[in-house]
Amino acid sequence: MLNREKPVLAPAGLQSSAERQGPNRLAGLDRWWLLFVGAIALAIFLFEAFPARYGVIFRFVVGSWTGGDGVYMTLKLTVVSFVFIVIVGMLMGLFRVSSARILKSVSSLYVEIVRGVPVLVWLLWIYFGVPSLLQAITWLPPALQRIPTFPAAVLAFTFAYGAYMTEVFRAGIQSIAKGQMEASRSLGMTYVQAMRYIILPQAVRVILPPMSNEFVTLLKDSSLVSILGGMEDITRRGREWVAQYFTSFDTYLVVALVYLILTLFFTRMSSAIERRLSVEKR
Amino acid sequence: MADNIIEISNVHKWFGKVHALDDVSLRVPAGEVLVIIGPSGSGKSTLLRSINSLETINSGQIIVDGMSLKGKGTNLNAVRAEIGMVFQQFNLFPHLTALENITLAQRIVRRRSAEESRQTARQLLQRVGIPDKEGNYPGQLSGGQQQRVAIARALAMNPKIMLFDEPTSALDPEMIKEVLDVMLDLAKTGITMVCVTHEMGFARAAARRIIFMDEGKILEETTPELLFTQPRHERTKLFLSKILTH
Repeated sequence: MLNREKPVLAPAGLQSSAERQGPNRLAGLDRWWLLFVGAIALAIFLFEAFPARYGVIFRFVVGSWTGGDGVYMTLKLTVVSFVFIVIVGMLMGLFRVSSARILKSVSSLYVEIVRGVPVLVWLLWIYFGVPSLLQAITWLPPALQRIPTFPAAVLAFTFAYGAYMTEVFRAGIQSIAKGQMEASRSLGMTYVQAMRYIILPQAVRVILPPMSNEFVTLLKDSSLVSILGGMEDITRRGREWVAQYFTSFDTYLVVALVYLILTLFFTRMSSAIERRLSVEKR
Repeated sequence: MADNIIEISNVHKWFGKVHALDDVSLRVPAGEVLVIIGPSGSGKSTLLRSINSLETINSGQIIVDGMSLKGKGTNLNAVRAEIGMVFQQFNLFPHLTALENITLAQRIVRRRSAEESRQTARQLLQRVGIPDKEGNYPGQLSGGQQQRVAIARALAMNPKIMLFDEPTSALDPEMIKEVLDVMLDLAKTGITMVCVTHEMGFARAAARRIIFMDEGKILEETTPELLFTQPRHERTKLFLSKILTH
């Protein structure tokens, strides 16, 4: 959970992205490749050289695509949650910058409340707390008295991360010069048209780095669902393996490696997209 | 009466405790080219911006093309579409090419077809003298070129009125002329123009009437020639002596 409280935004987004493509970019590329190749090499080495010690753990933790567990479950949870998080963040971010006082206060109240409570507590509350409340309503059919794990987790992550994403969108929108809105309105565009065609397309370029930062953080925080049970994500698989074979050092090493490879991959993807956007503009 | 395309009556505007517009009244007949000058903070930009409601006034009345800006039934977006505005900082859309800058509002506000918008845009780029820059992004254009694209963008809406808010103040000296030339050509077409500018050469050549503002009030209202040769107020003399000696 790095830099959460103040998402770091590139100043104007436009000129600066071109300037950033100096010699530093190459250095960043090299360092990333070194790390990425190193992590994969270590994984392959452990897998191939010690099939009986590490190979079996890898197979179990990574899981299978068809089985819907391991890496698949982690990615599914992360991606599905993230889609909702972006929707909530954009909506609430737009509320935050709107001139309607009610929308503004709804949005800032949401952000303040959510940010003050750990993600894990939201997760526990929505998964265990809300159903216990539903069970108190005796006339509800039993099917409605439980929230299945996956939707509960998506709901909790959306709720919690939506607040951080709201701040990311707010900062991104506010970083666009006031003159852009004025020029749009002076041409007869409505507020919504100006947002849609002028402000948001520019804000997205500014938002992209902190947004992908949130994605990677979410990918890691998705491991929290392992305490709920019922969802076989990477960490849950690791814990089950440890429970059976007591090889905690080896198992969590593998778990860590799998997360590291995933996060390195996605960090790289996001900077590639970022570069592509700034190349298109020039 | 019907000849006045802009009617400003007893307008007041406060920014906190600052009285930016102090009982300003002004009539602009259709087809007039009007120049507003004055020291910074005199309210000239505020007056210009309140004509298309970028600033909302606290009291008084502004009627543009027969529609009251404060009227209940008035669609501000429709009024604004009839008023082109050119800003000191150009305010081009940096994520769109010069051509897209000019076509966007035509399509989504005027509901013109993509083809028609492009044709209009190309004609206007020709008119402002940069037909070869349509594929360039604003960041790839000089200040003078950007301002000319901004003028073309405003003209593409076929406005009845053009507002200029210090259009040359952010430009390097060698680029001022190319923008003023476009404005002079425009003045000859008979479109109503209200220009906040300190370009006295332009005022002499294009405007029949010039207004001097200070501290939110209109101090003098006369022809450019008379203002420069026989200013009536001390404040005007002082201001002119500062901008004309250079």
